[in-house]
Amino acid sequence: MMRFTKDHEWVDLVGDTATIGITAYAAEQLGDVVFVELPEAGKVIRTGEAMAVVESVKAASDVFAPVSGEVTAANGELGENPQTVNDQPEKSGWFVKIKVADPDEVDGLMDRAAYEIFLAGL
Amino acid sequence: MTMLSVGRPTRASEALDSEAPIPAGRGLLQDEPLIFELAGWGQTGVDFEIGADDLDAVDLPGLTRATPPELPGLSEPETMRHYVRLSQKNHAIDLALYPLGSCTMKHNPRLNEKLARLPGFIDIHPLQPQSTVQGALAVMDQLAHWLKTLTGMPAVALSPKAGAQGELCGLLAIRAAHEARAARDGEADARRVVLVPTSAHGTNPATAAQAGYQVREIGQTLDGHVDLADLAAGLGPDVAAVMVTNPNTCGLFERDILEISRLTHAVGAYFYCDGANFNAIVGRVRPADLGVDAMHINLHKTFSTPHGGGGPGAGPVVLSAALAPFAPIPWVVHDGETLRLEEHAQGGPAFGRMCAFHGQMGMYVRALAYMMSHGADGLRQVAEDAVLNANYIKARLSGVMSAAFPDGPCMHEVLFDDSWLDGTGVTTLDFAKAMIDAGFHPMTMYFPLVVHGAMLIEPTETESRRELDRFCDTLLALAAAAKAGEVEMFKGAPFHAPLRRLDETLAARKPRLRWTAPTA
Amino acid sequence: MRYLPLTAADRGEMLAVIGAADIDVLFADVPAAARLPGPVNLPPHASELAVERALGRLAGRNRAAGSGPFFCGAGAYRHHIPASVDHLIQRSEFLTSYTPYQPEIAQGTLQVLFEFQTQVTALTGLPVANASMYDGSTACAEAVLMATRVTRRRKAVLSGGLHPHYGETTHTLAHTAGVDVLRLPAAVDAEAAVVAMIDADTACVVVQTPNVFGVVTDVSAIAEAAHAAGALLIMVTTEAVAFGLLKSPGEMGADIAVAEGQSIGNGLNFGGPYVGLMACSEKLLRHMPGRLCGETVDAAGRRGFVLTLSTREQHIRRDKATSNICTNSGLCALAFSIHMSILGGAGLAKLARINHAWAKRTRDALAAIPGMEILTPRFFNEFAVKLPVPAAPVVEALAARDVLAGVPFSRLAPGVGLDDVLLVCATETTSPDDIDALATALNAEINR
Repeated sequence: MMRFTKDHEWVDLVGDTATIGITAYAAEQLGDVVFVELPEAGKVIRTGEAMAVVESVKAASDVFAPVSGEVTAANGELGENPQTVNDQPEKSGWFVKIKVADPDEVDGLMDRAAYEIFLAGL
Repeated sequence: MTMLSVGRPTRASEALDSEAPIPAGRGLLQDEPLIFELAGWGQTGVDFEIGADDLDAVDLPGLTRATPPELPGLSEPETMRHYVRLSQKNHAIDLALYPLGSCTMKHNPRLNEKLARLPGFIDIHPLQPQSTVQGALAVMDQLAHWLKTLTGMPAVALSPKAGAQGELCGLLAIRAAHEARAARDGEADARRVVLVPTSAHGTNPATAAQAGYQVREIGQTLDGHVDLADLAAGLGPDVAAVMVTNPNTCGLFERDILEISRLTHAVGAYFYCDGANFNAIVGRVRPADLGVDAMHINLHKTFSTPHGGGGPGAGPVVLSAALAPFAPIPWVVHDGETLRLEEHAQGGPAFGRMCAFHGQMGMYVRALAYMMSHGADGLRQVAEDAVLNANYIKARLSGVMSAAFPDGPCMHEVLFDDSWLDGTGVTTLDFAKAMIDAGFHPMTMYFPLVVHGAMLIEPTETESRRELDRFCDTLLALAAAAKAGEVEMFKGAPFHAPLRRLDETLAARKPRLRWTAPTA
Repeated sequence: MRYLPLTAADRGEMLAVIGAADIDVLFADVPAAARLPGPVNLPPHASELAVERALGRLAGRNRAAGSGPFFCGAGAYRHHIPASVDHLIQRSEFLTSYTPYQPEIAQGTLQVLFEFQTQVTALTGLPVANASMYDGSTACAEAVLMATRVTRRRKAVLSGGLHPHYGETTHTLAHTAGVDVLRLPAAVDAEAAVVAMIDADTACVVVQTPNVFGVVTDVSAIAEAAHAAGALLIMVTTEAVAFGLLKSPGEMGADIAVAEGQSIGNGLNFGGPYVGLMACSEKLLRHMPGRLCGETVDAAGRRGFVLTLSTREQHIRRDKATSNICTNSGLCALAFSIHMSILGGAGLAKLARINHAWAKRTRDALAAIPGMEILTPRFFNEFAVKLPVPAAPVVEALAARDVLAGVPFSRLAPGVGLDDVLLVCATETTSPDDIDALATALNAEINR
């Protein structure tokens, strides 16, 4: 099940591997994404740390790690086609896959219903 | 799509719009390809004094390139045409009011240009014997005297190449002063933080980072000033400096400036003032009297050296007595009747060197010519007219557009937000682009970041009342159109510029940063 | 006053529109204690004629390079500039325009920058160039900072042939950002000495060719050694005309090339304003400081140019920017680009050959003087000679005879044991009479 953060990242945990991206709302707010800077596989990241940067023409935004763990894969497709983040933010526009240190951490995040209520309050 | 084939015009059918029935241009505006698409491959437009037969053999085995660089060379007539045609696609101060806030686009006197080109200035080498450049050293000395007198500060470092480098110079002097004091006390310098208001120009935090400091932001009050409570809360023994722009980027004088400097000094920090907006107060207020420790002065703003499409600038930094010993090399000293350039720190406290040689001499000559032309009385008048012009625009436009800070006067620039466009469907960007169709360069947009849809207008003192009225009349007419629902006039604007809106997303996604030969 | 259009009547009427009683009302936010009651203690305004006289007098106290024999180089070079260059850069639309943030009405400047970038890539043999830096020395410092960002390492090794001002500037601008700048002792012909200093924390080595002593070096092997250790090679050139004759930085494996572009299109100007050239390999693009101009299309599908990839820059990235640089050297880059457009690659190659020829003839003339030793084995248009006596007093003495003989190395770096070294440069502006005058005067001074 997908989980969400207040910083507009999503997490999809399967086994101990979490796929992470930015939400459709975030992609919409950013406008046309022109570049994504991703961490390399093997990098250990901690919750709340800036792990990636997503750039539109006039803005650069840090993407924060929603959970701790080790990066196992980064989405190389985004290098060639950054617009994938706009087209399919919650599918093929994913950023990284992380082997999570503590799967329970994901449970503490919002589910989709809670995230939508959160968005409505913005 | 073949539209992006580099090096060729986009498809001929697309290169034309409905207003350009003939491909060569439109009225006086000529289409002009890249130089690489003109003739001149393997050619040169220079007639050399000696021919190939007179050239000595090159005895540099393995060190020379096999073929000349692949670049075309044009004859003089072709060259003139190419660049004159390109020039006509630019807006310029000499064409119309150029209201870029915080950029101080004032008239560039041609006397300055003439004097900077005297052989005794333009054709002297930075390392020729000092006995042969006493006049150049005198220019530096006199410029320093004018800047110190106008700011009330005891010292100035002339060499920074531009405003941002001036900021860095100031912070490096501050860092050196803290380190020296810590060393004297047998401690390590523990000051790691620079406080910067949220309304600051991006160079301020970037400079602080380059000087090795962490940036702590301080907020601002609803009326556009530094939030003193936030400042006081942010100040502590870890703070090295506070960087404040004054007048600030909202176009307001920081009325609590004396308190800001007092609080800063009370924790042992230094007060850096960003002098980008010095034009508003030159001759009327001396930064020394505000408690400033360091301030850069953009010679290309306040002192009229040309912006040249993005540079060169020049950013001398005035320094307080506490920071003066740490100023970077070089500087001019008096040795009796002669002037001497001190180029080596020789173990002294100078923190280093900002650039090769002695800074932007060509800009020093221009700035000094400007200062001498205006004199003490004229420079004071400069500030007064700059402020008067901005307030006049504010008064004329405020009935229709929403001033971000309506109460009280502004300084040299006036800030509007976009609340007056609510419900029109027109954004700040649209409005700015429609100004282009009406013959004006847009104002600074979306800066400062603290005001929504910011429009920052700085007319400068070199605008006549007639030009100010022409500008205000134009903006009022555009505003009326926006409010009357004529959205299409704005959404696709500009319609009458050499090009329509450009696809910046494409440029950033697929960067093409040079011409490459078309592949056959 | 001639630059202020408002009349007293205008001012009064405008104050009335504003609703202010007098001008002082508009300065009400200035604390009373900081308000100057009247003009500061400086001279009053002056006529155009008076200012011209005053500054003309000061200009007259300088010995212009073109007024007699002149052999100074060492980072700034006297070349002939076609008259059309200066005429064109004084076009109002180039001279009095701002940074091209509104591309629809700045295509002139933007297309020039795109052409400039293309020219710099052709000269340096690297695929990406920015729209100029302040000068060569600050570009060198920026390249070092860039290398530390790319490699995430902290150390930079600078060769002993690097111009001392470049070394000092790089140290000043980079060390507070956490870079450990290691400058090797001045050495005439030892660019490769940087290799021995490379360790696991080395971000880059910085070499110069032709170096400050004029020595030309093939840096390919240095590049290989640096790359093998995971470090970048930064190649510095202070004389851009050399690109017409010598192997390009890209051809020799440089990752970043920086150069002083003054030689092409720009006068000596006593040291500034100049124009820094900076180019790099494709994969370093996003770490590049400064402005970049890119090609795109407008809403009607026509080709146009914009400033791009600006998320690297301070106005967006603030404290996380690649550099604090904002202003570039636009007008000097324009002068460079126009002069380069006239020269073309063929003209630059020819110009370089002529420079080299005059330098060789100058070398031969000096080599014939008893007591002189030519130190530079392979040079382009400048070389170092060792005098039997300290060089600075000799240069002063020759200046008194109206011969500007070159730059004593002690002017750049005193007390490093090279006080007897003189740096001599010849360009296409050098004449046989100049060379005779130099040789005669030097001989007379040394062998009195």
